[in-house]
Amino acid sequence: MLHLPEPLRDQMVAHCLTGLPLEACGLLVGDHERGVVVTCVPTQNVAASARLYTVDPKEHLRADRAAEAEGLAVIGVFHSHTHTDAYPSPTDVAQAPDPTWHYVLVSLRDVVPTVRSYRIVDGTIEEERIVGGSR
Amino acid sequence: MPVEVHLPTVLRVHAGGERTVHAEGATIGQVLGALVATYPGLSGQLLNDDGTLHRFVNVYLNDDDVRYLSSLDTPVAPTDEISILPAVAGGSGDGGWLASVPALR
Repeated sequence: MLHLPEPLRDQMVAHCLTGLPLEACGLLVGDHERGVVVTCVPTQNVAASARLYTVDPKEHLRADRAAEAEGLAVIGVFHSHTHTDAYPSPTDVAQAPDPTWHYVLVSLRDVVPTVRSYRIVDGTIEEERIVGGSR
Repeated sequence: MPVEVHLPTVLRVHAGGERTVHAEGATIGQVLGALVATYPGLSGQLLNDDGTLHRFVNVYLNDDDVRYLSSLDTPVAPTDEISILPAVAGGSGDGGWLASVPALR
């Protein structure tokens, strides 16, 4: 289960919409043990592609340091799929960096964006419930 | 003199759960080599078989991504700090009709 307050969900969706027509991405900072997102850190997609994303490595380092300084951690990543479902693609699964992370997908395919969260462990995708922000 | 190396959560399991470890070396490559010698579980995680930096990790010398310095040949001073983070990437992969638009590839 991922606790994602609605304002953070909205911030995430707004960042993804701003990034169109390219995929957008960002990091989720929060409490790892409880699965609570405290801050959403929009980052640049240095891949600058409609089909791929790469979180800017320098922004990742800054976010990681800031999170640790506050006793928090980077607990996941979000990115948009501009024209497909909010479901991890084979690329997402192959490159999932950490089995303890939450992987949030924002689909912009339809007029109303869809937000879903997943765990990806050893190539297996499991959807998890989003609390406090799911519509 | 050993330098401080910060490990990401995903790699700490290979280093006895430690967040920060120490390793000797005059270059990034030597420090990573020393790290792998101490913690063999890190070997396939940091470097490829040909000794180059694995594409799924980012290594930083203080605030800088070493890929924009001299990669594994980047010199390291005892006061430097090295951080390792996973490269965070992915994407829908399948461009559908968008794949036919060169500007969006």
